[in-house]
Amino acid sequence: MMRKIRVLIAKPGLDGHDRGAKVIARALRDAGMEVIYTGIRQTPEQIVAAAVQEDVDVVGLSLLSGAHLHLFPKVVKLLREQVGDKVLVIGGGIIPEEDIPILKEQGVAAIFGPGTPTSVIIDFIKEKVGEKSQGTSA
Amino acid sequence: MEKMIEELLKEFRQGSKRAAARIISLIENEAPEGKEILRVLYKESGRSYIVGITGPAGAGKSTLTDALVKLMRHRGYRVGVVAVDPTSPFTGGALLGDRVRMSDLTLDPGVFIRSMASRGHLGGLSWAARDALVVLDAFGCDYILVETVGAGQSQVDVVKVADTVVLVTVPGLGDDIQAAKAGIMEIGDIFVVNKADRGDADQVVRYLQSILEQQTKTEGWLPPVIKTVAWRGEGVEELLDAVERHRSFLVNSGHLDPLRKMRLKEEIIERVERLIFARLKKEVRMDGVLEEVYSRQLDPLSAAEALVGEIIPQAGSAGRK
Ligand SMILES: Nc1nc2c(ncn2[C@@H]2O[C@H](COP(=O)(O)OP(=O)(O)O)[C@@H](O)[C@H]2O)c(=O)[nH]1
Ligand SMILES: [Mg+2]
Repeated sequence: MMRKIRVLIAKPGLDGHDRGAKVIARALRDAGMEVIYTGIRQTPEQIVAAAVQEDVDVVGLSLLSGAHLHLFPKVVKLLREQVGDKVLVIGGGIIPEEDIPILKEQGVAAIFGPGTPTSVIIDFIKEKVGEKSQGTSA
Repeated sequence: MEKMIEELLKEFRQGSKRAAARIISLIENEAPEGKEILRVLYKESGRSYIVGITGPAGAGKSTLTDALVKLMRHRGYRVGVVAVDPTSPFTGGALLGDRVRMSDLTLDPGVFIRSMASRGHLGGLSWAARDALVVLDAFGCDYILVETVGAGQSQVDVVKVADTVVLVTVPGLGDDIQAAKAGIMEIGDIFVVNKADRGDADQVVRYLQSILEQQTKTEGWLPPVIKTVAWRGEGVEELLDAVERHRSFLVNSGHLDPLRKMRLKEEIIERVERLIFARLKKEVRMDGVLEEVYSRQLDPLSAAEALVGEIIPQAGSAGRK
């Protein structure tokens, strides 16, 4: 078996800065994952449609523009509708501390702020996806 | 397992992209279910026309693919895209960035795009990518575009799957001559000089034409050379016309069936090699033979013959009746 963790990295919202998203994408690739990078200014509908076609284990959202409280839960909701709850959704970018619990409540598994070591993100994904794939193959 | 397969196939036949995507993953992960499903779907395939798009990284292949797919949709075709990028040989990971240029297509119900890593195939087309074409074919795509990065093996690999091969280059690369030398030009049915808004595209066009007049891949077909500005969609209409002309040419001249048969023959042989190789590695006891070869009692060729003889009975002794 050649099971590889597949991750979709997307930037919803209107800001055009994708440096951070690209750094994460490369770090995940270097950790042995297959990373599908979809670029800037993606709508939740586009992100989820891409996640469906790419059959990813993880969707990573990066946002600097402040619309996270609307956009992140929207992605989670559409994913649940279209593929169920097997896809792990994580977020990054500039997210105020007080918003994190709200996002988690809505199904975002984790928020990684600026400066989070990429190793933390990698370990989190490996652990969570490992759990999920064990759960479904049994 | 049976039930899971049945449900997936049912969803697939109802046109579910989720099911198609799941099936490709099962195949890619070499799951036994994937193999089962492929056996079924192969029988439902054979209607798609496959176009390979290859060339150096950054030439604009994805941008061109995006523009081409839009035009194909305009002409009423259902389209699949398989975009292959290399797996890093060091980490096993891959960064698949072709979708960035194809955002507009994501929500189109008549388009399915899958990014795939080359995995074990050193930048070429993995078996999974080739099988994914069968899945998209059975899914009902009229056209399937396969984008590969043209660096060595992968550029040649695309010939194994594509009915029409489009070679993309850009002005100022200076590697046109290299390509001609390496025999890469021989695989192209259509040539595109993209980024015609930059540099001297006409010069590249003339150069390519002069080489193409001296060599032919297919008797009776002189590959056209088309200038494009992919991000503005310029020249893409001509490109699609050329693809359709090449297709009609292959059909009308009676080349298409032999071409496809030859590809299938190659594929079967490759698969036979792979299966034998896998069994050799798994079943054959190497140790004794290795010692004999090392101590010069037996030569390596005789050793290999003996090992193969162990898993494949000699021709005639247990061949087909
Ligand atoms: N100047 C110019 N740039 C282009 C053209 N087509 C694509 N590009 C740009 O070239 C870069 C690489 O394009 P991409 O389609 O990703 O190339 P690929 O690696 O061959 O798939 C991108 O920045 C595109 O916007 C074109 O016709 N002219
Ligand atoms: Mg590309």
